[in-house]
Amino acid sequence: MAGGNGELKLLGMWASPFVTRAKLALHIKGLPYEYVEEDLGNKSALFLSSNPVHKTVPVLIHNGKPICESSVIVQYIDDAFPGVGTPLLPADPYERAVARFWAAYIEDKVVTSWAPVFRVKTDEERDEAARQTLAAVEVLEGALKECSGGKGAFFGGDSVGYVDVLLGGLVSWLKANEPLTGTKLIDATKTPLLAAWMERFCELDVAKAVLQDVDAVVEYAMALRVRLAASSAANN
Amino acid sequence: MAAKEELKLLGVDVSPFAIRAHMAVVIKGVSCEYVVEDLSNKSELLLSSNPVYKKVPVLIHNGKPICESLVIVQYVDEIFSGDGVPSILPTDPYERAIARFWAAYVDDKFFPVLRGIVLALTEQERVEKATETLAAIEPLEEAFAMCSKGKAFFSGDSIGYVDLALGSLLVWIEAIRRMYNIEIISASKTPRLSAWAERFGESAAAKEVLPEVDKAVQFGKMLEAAASAAAASK
Repeated sequence: MAGGNGELKLLGMWASPFVTRAKLALHIKGLPYEYVEEDLGNKSALFLSSNPVHKTVPVLIHNGKPICESSVIVQYIDDAFPGVGTPLLPADPYERAVARFWAAYIEDKVVTSWAPVFRVKTDEERDEAARQTLAAVEVLEGALKECSGGKGAFFGGDSVGYVDVLLGGLVSWLKANEPLTGTKLIDATKTPLLAAWMERFCELDVAKAVLQDVDAVVEYAMALRVRLAASSAANN
Repeated sequence: MAAKEELKLLGVDVSPFAIRAHMAVVIKGVSCEYVVEDLSNKSELLLSSNPVYKKVPVLIHNGKPICESLVIVQYVDEIFSGDGVPSILPTDPYERAIARFWAAYVDDKFFPVLRGIVLALTEQERVEKATETLAAIEPLEEAFAMCSKGKAFFSGDSIGYVDLALGSLLVWIEAIRRMYNIEIISASKTPRLSAWAERFGESAAAKEVLPEVDKAVQFGKMLEAAASAAAASK
């Protein structure tokens, strides 16, 4: 057992794709952990004291010390358990820089342009958000080609790596986008490599263990949309 | 020693992101050719090295490009390490996570509202952004106490990852003070950051890299004008 392998606790919410990222990393590394489902409408004292700055999930607590922000958590899991399982980030510094670049791209261009899709009021705004997200997905298609470079099936090469985990956490939501908005984000006719990646990823044992049921995510997003519309109507 | 290491950094003096990358290289004491880009006429090298964003900074190491300021800083930290070479990120995994958390906070929560002060189209919007920025700096004042543990910088005795992330914005924080009389960091409200800012500015790396504040003021006026023009043409 690697040194420092103490108590691991993950505070999360089942629907959150960011929590899914943390779960994927823990499962890939084969690390046992206690999962605590937080009620975001009634946040626990542990949760609030562990992430006072953002008050968001996921929070990983290792030996009583909190780590926040999904990409920081995933890197921490990789750093703190070096001898355990396969490393998520490559050994070569240049390849690491490339992986970090694409991780940042996913946050800045996919997540950021996509999140409003579930919150915006007009069809026009939703279409614009969808257009931007699709453009970003196309760029990722090119990235996958570059990263997997004939070596294998994942951004990480033969095995799942950092970028695969960060994108993988979003998979159930990526699939939910079509029933929710009518737009298919990962379409085999437009981005065949990503479509194949997604199928391959979903076949992994870790994905089967961790990814949310797509119908449940659709239901959740629809209920959220209704709640947000009701609260904004009430505020007008 | 390996074959000649060629380091080239494409940047712009007033870009906080370029400042981070430039200071990282200076801190490591490695020689690097600094190429000032004309953002209105981007070089072929910049466009081909950063096709995704077409932005500065780009570090080119032995012909291979690395983009995104914090990615560059981490890369430089990993490539140039060893006895006597200052570290930018800590070695302890938990401390690294804390450093990454606060750097992400600077970029995701602080920078957008700070920039919003300059890009505001109305006085009301500017006041809103200023209020948001003043709120966003507070956790950083607390973070400094926690991270520095009584020492000079977020990282301890020398400039590190979070120092670069936030310190690279000091030129703009001062430019905003001159342009709008808005004080984001002050001895009365953020005493720890105020003292830290002075120390940061006094460091050898900052003295070598940071541009004159007036350059940022001039650039800020250009950004203001561009924002108004864009809004007017809609």
